[in-house]
Parts: sequence; C-alpha cells; structure tokens
Amino acid sequence: MELVYAICVGFMSACGIFLMLRGHTFTLVIGLTLLSYAVNLFLFASGGLTIGAPAVLNSSENYADPLPQALVLTAIVIGFAMTAFAVILAMRGRADLGSDHVDGTEAFDPLSEEKS
Amino acid sequence: MSLFEHLVIFPILIPFFVAVVLLFPHLSNCLSKQRVISITAHVALVVVAFVLLFKVEGQGIQVYALGDWSAPFGIVLVADMFSVLMVCLSAVLGLAITLYATAGEDKTGAFFHPLIMFQLMGINGAFLTGDAFNLFVFFEVLLIASYALMIHGGGKQRTQANIHYVFLNLIGSSLFLFALGTLYGTLGTLNFADMADRIPLLSSNELLIAKAGALLLLAVFGLKAGMLPLHFWLPKAYSTTSTPVAALFAIMTKVGIYSIWRVHGVMFGDQAGGLANIALPWLWPIALLTIVVGAIAILASQNLRVLCSNLVIVSVGTLLVAISVNTVQATSAGIYYLIHSTIACAAMFLLTGLIQQQRGQAEDRFVAARAMPQAGILGFIFVLLAIALIGMPPLSGFVGKALILQSVTEASQAIWVFPIVLGGGLIALIALSRAGTSLFWRTSGENKGALKGHPSQYLAIGLLVAILPLLVIFGGTVNDYTQLAAEQLKSGLSLQQLNEVAK
Repeated sequence: MELVYAICVGFMSACGIFLMLRGHTFTLVIGLTLLSYAVNLFLFASGGLTIGAPAVLNSSENYADPLPQALVLTAIVIGFAMTAFAVILAMRGRADLGSDHVDGTEAFDPLSEEKS
Repeated sequence: MSLFEHLVIFPILIPFFVAVVLLFPHLSNCLSKQRVISITAHVALVVVAFVLLFKVEGQGIQVYALGDWSAPFGIVLVADMFSVLMVCLSAVLGLAITLYATAGEDKTGAFFHPLIMFQLMGINGAFLTGDAFNLFVFFEVLLIASYALMIHGGGKQRTQANIHYVFLNLIGSSLFLFALGTLYGTLGTLNFADMADRIPLLSSNELLIAKAGALLLLAVFGLKAGMLPLHFWLPKAYSTTSTPVAALFAIMTKVGIYSIWRVHGVMFGDQAGGLANIALPWLWPIALLTIVVGAIAILASQNLRVLCSNLVIVSVGTLLVAISVNTVQATSAGIYYLIHSTIACAAMFLLTGLIQQQRGQAEDRFVAARAMPQAGILGFIFVLLAIALIGMPPLSGFVGKALILQSVTEASQAIWVFPIVLGGGLIALIALSRAGTSLFWRTSGENKGALKGHPSQYLAIGLLVAILPLLVIFGGTVNDYTQLAAEQLKSGLSLQQLNEVAK
C-alpha cells in the first residue's frame, strides 16, 4: 500500500510541477491544484498509514495519529482559499494585460512554434 | 487570571478584532471613522508591544498555552526577547505607514485599513508562535493580506507583478507543507522546543529525511526573505506597489530572516547532533553572493524605488552573513542591524512616495525634471536616510555594520566579509549620490502644480527617521538588549523549560 501511495503522490507532484513550468496562468492554477492535492496526501501519510484504526483515543486498541488529519484539514481550507484568489487574479491579469502569460506578453514558445 | 497575563496574545488579537470591526457595514463605507479607529488601534498595538517587551526583559521568556493545553499537544505562543523586539518593530512600522496612508493613499482602493490589520496579525503571529504548523498558518494569513495589499490601487504594472508574487508564494507554501510533513514524519512533533529536543536523537536513516525537510524549509524561508537565487520577484513587487505597502513589506523579508534564524540557526544549530548547522555551508556563499548581486543591481537601478528594493536585498545579504557567522556576538550584531535596516528601508520607501508625488510625470526616475516645491526638506531627509543606508557615521547604519564586521573574527571569514560588505557600502554611496544629484539638482523651472506633502506624511517619515539617531544615542542600551536576546536565542529552549515557564 505504501508503494502505491508514494507513487500516486510522486506522480501527482510531477504533473503539477510540469504544468507549473508552462508559464500560463491557467496551467499554473491547474498545476498548483495538483501540487496541493499531492501535498495534502503527503501530509496525511506523514503520521504513518494505518487501516481500520480510528483517530479517537479509547475507542479501540490501536489508533491512527490524529494530528496529520487536523493538519490536512487546515491545509485543505487554506489551499482552497488561495486557489480561489489565484483564479480571480488570473482572470484580472487576463483582462488587464490582454494575455494569460505570466509575464503579460507571449514569450517565445517552442511548442507552439512547432504547430504552426 | 488577570488581563496582564494574557498580554502575549494581544499583538495578534488586537489587529484581528480591529480588522473585523472595520469590515462592519457602517464603518467599511466611512473612511474617516476607519482612519480614527485604525490609528487608535496602531497606537494601542505599539503600547502593548512595548509593555510586553519590558515584561519579557524583566521576567524572562513568556509562554502562552492556547486553551491551556500543555506544550507538545497544544499550540503555544513564545515571547522571548528577540520575538518581542520584532513585534515592537512591526507595531511601530504599522503606525508609521497608516499615518502616511491617511493622507490619501488609503482612498485608492477598498479595505486598505482592514487589510493592513490582517497583515500585522499575520506578522505578529509569525514572530510569536512556538509551533511550526502555526507558523505556516500565520505565514498564510500575512501572505493573503499582502496579495490583496500589493494590488491595492490597481494598474497593469501591479497586476503583473502581483501574478509573479502570488504564484511564487503559493508554490512556496506547498513546499512549506512538504517540509512540515517530512519533519513531522521523522520527529513526530511540530512544536519548536520539542523538535529541538528530538533532532539529536534521530537514527541514521531518519537523519537524511529530516535533512531534506530542513533544507526544503530553508528554500521556503529564503523565498520570503529574498535571498539569492530566489530574490527575482522582489524588486518588481516592491517597486510597483503603492508607497505605504512597499514600506510595510520592508518587514516581510525580515519574517523570512527571523524564521531562518529560529529554525536553521538554533533548532538545526549547534545542539542538533548529526544535523548540526546543516544550513550553514549553503548560507555562507549565498549570503555573500546576495550582497554582490544586490550591489550590482543597485548600480543598474533606473529609479529610486528599484534602488530601494535592491538596498533591501543587500541588507538581507548582510543579515544572512550575521546568521552564518553563527556566534552570539554576530547574532547580537545582526539583530541590531535588522532593526536599523527595517526602519531605514521603510522610511526610504515612504520618502520615495513623496518625491514621486512632487515630481509629476518624471516620478522617481533619474532624469531631469522640474524642481520639487518642497525640495529642501525632502533633500534633507534623503541625505539622512542615505547616510543611514550606506552605513556612514553618525547614524545607526554605521554602528550596525561595524558591529557585524567586528563579530567576524576568523581570518578565513573576514577576508570575504570585509571587502564585500564594505564594497557594498561604497556602491550604495555612489548610487545614492547619483540618485540624489539627479533627483534634486538636475532641474529646470518649478513644478508649481504639484501636490505638497501632507503633514501626516511628514509625521510618518519623521517618526521613522527619529528612531535612527535614537538607535545610536541609546546604542549601549540597545546593544545590551540585543546581546541578551542573542544569548537567549542561541541557548535554545527545551520542552521541559517551556512547560516550566508556562506554569
């Protein structure tokens, strides 16, 4: 289970980082969302993975570490608010600058060059 | 329990409640009421911060357990001499920039005063917290307020700089969480004191993982502080945003520096066993290169605000030198320099706002323009601040730099630090003289229609500038204080001590 979990987190981070390197606000937002999913899973696993164990004391013999769950909850809320802000800012940037490139103007992009 | 015992949490609670009150319908539409409430709150914050400072100085470290949950399980606020000093600094700065903004800059966009309050809440919280995850939360509070403040007033330039700033910091926040997860996975705690206790006990295969987490944290704090490879956002962000916000941001880089000091200087410092001083081999060259690159950028600056932003980068480099020398002496000198550079840079940003306002279309670019109507007084303040920022006697910049240079005793370190720090000072001297000459002397005619400075703007700048000579006159007292603060910081705090103080 640990291996599958680790591969999932790693693959999601890799996708997130790839998208963030693209230089457009839309891909940046998607990349950030993926990265924050990955980080949430990562935080959740930081207390060790346990199956069938409640995070409440005195209700069973073995229990899961409750702290990472609290951390993940906080991280999700903060990440959600930040993503909402980033989306609004991206729209504002698109309207103000006339392009969704992070630098405001389209830089030389080898991938789009190949298409034309 | 008297109210006095809850003093530690007041620097966080006051801005929070005032910000919420300012958002109420009757107040959010009425700027004059907002100004009165906001300035009152800032004065209260300054008073509380200084009362707390004297309390900590007299009675030692104050620990506040939130909800009375004891340390490794609950979240604690720790007010030691260093953190309280930073809270005082942010309170004074907050008062000055709010005074400046009441002259009209708070009109250019909505919710200026509540946002400043939220920002101060985050900054004070980041200084006072004794828990790594809580530090993350307060970082986010101060960041989201700064995202909105940076774009205050609007405009293409600001939107574009804000896009860079926001996305970089969002990535930084994700890395922060990865680092915290890694450290929690190995140490099993996020309380600073408890972490420091457990780091020496790590087994050899956990050591590498914890090291990765710690260095990831260095990257995150470095991004906030503006240290070398992560500083590219800083000049653009600081030079495009509105004047009071730029001045407030002078303390934002210091939040990063403060966290590096606390985490990498102390927690992963001398007592960390197998991980002792892991960040130092990285910090040492980065610190020197930050000064060099900042100094080159100072020479290339085409207007005063970019020049100030680059001066901020040089001061960050100088502080990183003080961190990486890693002695009590250097820490004490660094804390002194930190007070000085925050105040001086903030005052320079505020002054730039006035210069911009009086030069009309030329703004603060180094080009010939019509003379400013109040060139005399502005020029006088400019010279004072330039002397302070360069580090020439008699102002506090000289004392700060002298103390840092004095603390570098090893010859192998001194041959690098002396030429670079002093060379940086020389370059600042050249650049600021050039700036002053073209701003004040290359003039033709007078810009009669220009808006003159409002008394509250001069009051704000005066408040900050007055601190600089005071730092010299009471240099002995301040130095004794920073010495004690440095000793306290360096000796660290174990969980047992923390819980004893909490009782």
